[in-house]
Amino acid sequence: MKRLVLGLALILVPPAYAADPSEMLKDPVLEKQAEALGKELRCLVCQNESIEDSNADLARDLRIIVRERMAKGESPEQVKQYVVDRYGDYVLLNPPFKGTTLVLWLGPFALLLLGVAAAFAFFRRRGASGGPVPAAPLSAEEKRRLETLLKDKDQ
Amino acid sequence: MRRLLYLLPVAVFGIIALFFLRGLTLNPREIPSVLINRPVPEMNLAPLPGRGENTGLATADLKGRVSLVNIYGSWCIACVQEHPYLVQIKKQGIVPIHGIDWRDDPVEGAKWLQKHGDPYDRVGIDPAPGRTAVDFGVTGAPETFIVDKAGLIRYKHIGPVTPETWDKVLLPIIKELNK
Repeated sequence: MKRLVLGLALILVPPAYAADPSEMLKDPVLEKQAEALGKELRCLVCQNESIEDSNADLARDLRIIVRERMAKGESPEQVKQYVVDRYGDYVLLNPPFKGTTLVLWLGPFALLLLGVAAAFAFFRRRGASGGPVPAAPLSAEEKRRLETLLKDKDQ
Repeated sequence: MRRLLYLLPVAVFGIIALFFLRGLTLNPREIPSVLINRPVPEMNLAPLPGRGENTGLATADLKGRVSLVNIYGSWCIACVQEHPYLVQIKKQGIVPIHGIDWRDDPVEGAKWLQKHGDPYDRVGIDPAPGRTAVDFGVTGAPETFIVDKAGLIRYKHIGPVTPETWDKVLLPIIKELNK
């Protein structure tokens, strides 16, 4: 019983974010927006974490700066642009859709289309040649043999 | 013609392998700076304690001469490795080096310079949350920027400056900019 409770307690802990309460904005709506933005921004130190999740000092600094700017009345878009202007698109966990990222976004679909086209061509060519060749009709000799064989079986 | 079609998977594999091969030699820590050829950020950083008045670092200090801006901190381990070499560069008198004591207790930052040598003309402090460092697009310490006479950032080096990077990369750029 004790183990079960302990296990459940472990499973049910709410997800912990690196933002400690002292960093949070007082306005809950603004804080929500800041958190949402922070989740889109890559931590430059531990590169596959967002600044919202990371414990790195630089991530903390960026969290604070994001909140400072939002508290001053900047929109999430403006704050995002501020960070991108300094760290490049690299800082966005969701790469933007633009000229340099076309291959990244459209490549998989292009490959899929190519595959479908290849499969289509393959099956159509097989269809045109009539599929598997039907067996030739039996000759008179073969028919006779077949009959004797079948008769043998009956006896 | 149909025979060639059978080679297609091999060709596709070859292309993918080339990408992976290139990926092996890339350093994911080295994120190209988007600030190259852009003006140094607006800043007016206070000096380190005990280094005298008017030794802080402001945007205007970076105009008129090619200079280096080095991001360091007393907490930064790789900076200890790099520092003796910066002191040596200072002695050569080719280029002034300015420091930014990043995310640091200024007293510790000053002590650290007394211990390891002080190669800097000017040092500004940028305590947490390091707004100036973020304006420079800093991802860690040490980092070194080359700033040209007009006050534009022309190069960013991530990690310690070693004799090799100095001779092969930084010095040629500085010479070119000084022409």
